[in-house]
Amino acid sequence: MATRVALTGNGACAEAMRQIEPDMVAAYPITPQTEVVEEFSQMVADGRVRTQFVPVESEHSAMSVCVGGAAAGGRVMTTTASQGLAYMWEMLGVASGLRLPIVMGVANRAVSAPINIHGDHSDTMGARDTGWIQLYCENPQEIYDTLIQAVRIGEHPDVKLPVMVCYDGFTVSHSLMDLEILEDRDVREFVGEYEPVHPLLDVDNPVSWGGLDLYDYYFEHKRQQVEGLKNALEIVDEVAREFGERFGRTYGTVDKYRVDDADLVAVILGSTASTAEYEVDILRSKGVAAGVLRIRCFRPFPKDDLVGALTSAKAVALMDRAESFSGWGGPVSIEVRAGLYDKGLRPAFLPVVYGLGGRDVTALHIAEVFEVLSESAEEGGTGEVAYLGLRGEERGYRKAG
Amino acid sequence: MAIARPVNLKKLSDEAWGFAGGHRLCSGCAIAPIIKEILLAAQYPVVLANATGCLEVASTIYPYTSWRVPWIHTAFENAAATISGVETVYRALKEAGKIDKEIRFIAIGGDGGTFDIGLQSLSGAIERWHNFTYICYDNEAYMNTGMQRSSGSTYGSWTTTTPAGKRSFGKSRPAKPLMDIVVAHGLPYAAQASPAYWRDLMTKVQKALDTEGPSFILIIQPCIPGWKIEPNQGIEMARVAVETAYWPLYEVVEGRYRVTVKLKEKKPLVEWLKPQGRFKHLLTPENKSVLEELERQVDEKWERLQRLASESAGEAA
Repeated sequence: MATRVALTGNGACAEAMRQIEPDMVAAYPITPQTEVVEEFSQMVADGRVRTQFVPVESEHSAMSVCVGGAAAGGRVMTTTASQGLAYMWEMLGVASGLRLPIVMGVANRAVSAPINIHGDHSDTMGARDTGWIQLYCENPQEIYDTLIQAVRIGEHPDVKLPVMVCYDGFTVSHSLMDLEILEDRDVREFVGEYEPVHPLLDVDNPVSWGGLDLYDYYFEHKRQQVEGLKNALEIVDEVAREFGERFGRTYGTVDKYRVDDADLVAVILGSTASTAEYEVDILRSKGVAAGVLRIRCFRPFPKDDLVGALTSAKAVALMDRAESFSGWGGPVSIEVRAGLYDKGLRPAFLPVVYGLGGRDVTALHIAEVFEVLSESAEEGGTGEVAYLGLRGEERGYRKAG
Repeated sequence: MAIARPVNLKKLSDEAWGFAGGHRLCSGCAIAPIIKEILLAAQYPVVLANATGCLEVASTIYPYTSWRVPWIHTAFENAAATISGVETVYRALKEAGKIDKEIRFIAIGGDGGTFDIGLQSLSGAIERWHNFTYICYDNEAYMNTGMQRSSGSTYGSWTTTTPAGKRSFGKSRPAKPLMDIVVAHGLPYAAQASPAYWRDLMTKVQKALDTEGPSFILIIQPCIPGWKIEPNQGIEMARVAVETAYWPLYEVVEGRYRVTVKLKEKKPLVEWLKPQGRFKHLLTPENKSVLEELERQVDEKWERLQRLASESAGEAA
C-alpha cells in the first residue's frame, strides 16, 4: 500500500535513497541540498537504512569515493549542488568514462561569482557534457519517482552510465508537497539487485580500472560511451513506462502540456513548467492556443520527441534558467533550435533567459512571454535573447523591431 | 585468514610476482622493486588504488596491464578517497553476506599525489578511519612530467622549476614534514622505508596490512633521470640515503617511535649528494653555506628522531 505524506524535495530525495538502500552513500552537505545529507545520516543513525554512509571532507572526495565504491561492485549514490558539483567536475567525467552507474541528486543552485544560494540551472548545465544522464524534475513527487527510476536506467546493461536527478534549489528542494510514497518492498523489487561488471572486489579475477588510454583506443572508448548515452533515451522511456504501469505515474523524456494543438509553445525545464502550465490554462480560456513542453531528459537530448511535439507550433519560447555566455541564448535555446533546424522546422523563436540566482518567475512573467510569442508568431522572431524580469529593461526583454 | 608469507629471500624468489614485467618504467626505476616487495609481502589478497603518476602511466597503457591484483586509477589527488569507496563497499557487502574473503586495501601515490595535491583526501581518509594502507613512493619531485619541484623536494635540490642559477641555489625551502603531518592524525601505524632494505620494508607492509584502521608508509624511491644517476645506482642510492641518516628507517606504532635499522656509524651526507646530478651545484665553493644548512637540517631531524625513539623506549620500559 502506497502512503501519502508531506515531504519537501530534499525529503523526497532522502526517502527515495532510504528505500533504494544503496550499498554506500558518500556526500558532502551544501545549500540547498544539506537536508538530504542530514536526513539520510539520521536514517543511518536510527537503523532505518543499512547503507554505509561516508561523510567525506569535500565534494571531490564524495565523487571519488563513489567511483571507488561503484568500481568495487557496490550500488552507490550521492547528492550535491552548485559549487559542490563544480568541485567534483573532474570526477564526473571519470564516473561516466568508467561507465559507473552512480545516481546523484542535484538541488540546482546558481554558481559563483557573485555567490548566491538560490536556484538556477547553471550548475548542472555546466556539467551537461560530462557524459552523465540528466533528468530534470518538476516537483518532489517527480524527484522521488525519478530517483527510483534512475537506478534502473543507469544500471541497464545497454547504458551503464551515471545519472543526475536535478531539481530546483529552494523552489522545490524546500517546498512541501503531499506526495505518494511506495512500499519499501515495491521499491526494492523495482530497482532489483545490482549486478556489477568486473568488480574490483572479485580478487580471484583481477582487473585493472582506469589505465592510460592513448590515441590508439581512447577514441573508440569515447564512441562506445556515446552509444550508451544514445541507448539511454529508449531506456528512460522504457523504465518510466514500467514504473507507470506498476505505480500509476508515467513520465517521458519530455512532458507535453496542451502542446498538440498549440500555436505558441514555451519549452522549459524544471519547476517553472508548473507556473507556465497555470498561465496556459488562463490563456486557453481566453482562446489563445498556448502550451508548455517540459524537457525532463536533457541528456541524452530527446531530439525526436521535441521535434515531434513542435511540428505545428508557430512560435516557440526557448526558456533557459542558465546563461551559456555564447551571446545567443542558453543551452535549451541553442539545442532545441539545432534539433528543429535538422527537420526543416522554422517557427519564430524567442530565446528567454529567466530566474538566474533564484529570481522569482511568476505567472505574470509567463504571460509576458506568451504575449511577445503571439506577436512573434505574426511578425517573425528576431532570435534576440530576452532577459525575463530583469531590472532596467522594459518588460524584461528587447522586443522585436 | 592471513596467508603466511615468510620474508625469506630464497622462498620469495619462488613466489609469483603481482606486478608483471613489460611495463614502461625507466630502466633501473626503483618503483618496480618497491611494488614487487609490497605485493610479495602482502599476506592477504589486496586491492590497489593508484594516483596519477609514473607508476600508473607506466604500468597500464591500454590494452596492457602489469597488475595481477585488482587495481584502479581514477585521478591524481584522490587515491585515498578512491580506496575509501572500495573499502566501504567491501564492508557493506561483507555485512550483507555477499563477500566472505579477508581483503586488504592499499592506496599508492607519488610525492606529488601525496604531499601536494592529494594531501586533503589522504587526511580525510585517515580521519574517517578507513581500514587501508597508504603508500607514498617519494622521488622528491614531479618526475612523471619531468622533474618539477614538489613540496617533498629537498632543500637545495635542483628541479626544472627550482633550477640552480646565478640567483638560485635550487629549492629554497625544506621538504614538507609529511611523516609528522600524518602521525599527527593519531593513526595506529606509520613507517618510513627504503627498497634497499627489503626485509624491513616488507615487514612494515605486513604490519600495516595487519593494522586495524589507517596506516601509512613513506618509501624513498630513487628516480634515474630525475636524480641524474645511472640505472644501476638506484638501489644503491636507496641504501646510502639510510646510511647517511638522510632517510632513517623507523616506524611509529600507536604514537611510539622506533628506529628499525640502527646505524653503527653515520656516513657523511656528501656520499648521498655526490653521485646525484640534482645536487651537483651544492658541492661548489659558492654554495658551501647551502650544503652546511642541508647538513644541519638532516642532523636535526635525525637527532629529533633518536630522541623520540628513546623517549618511546623509556615509556615502554
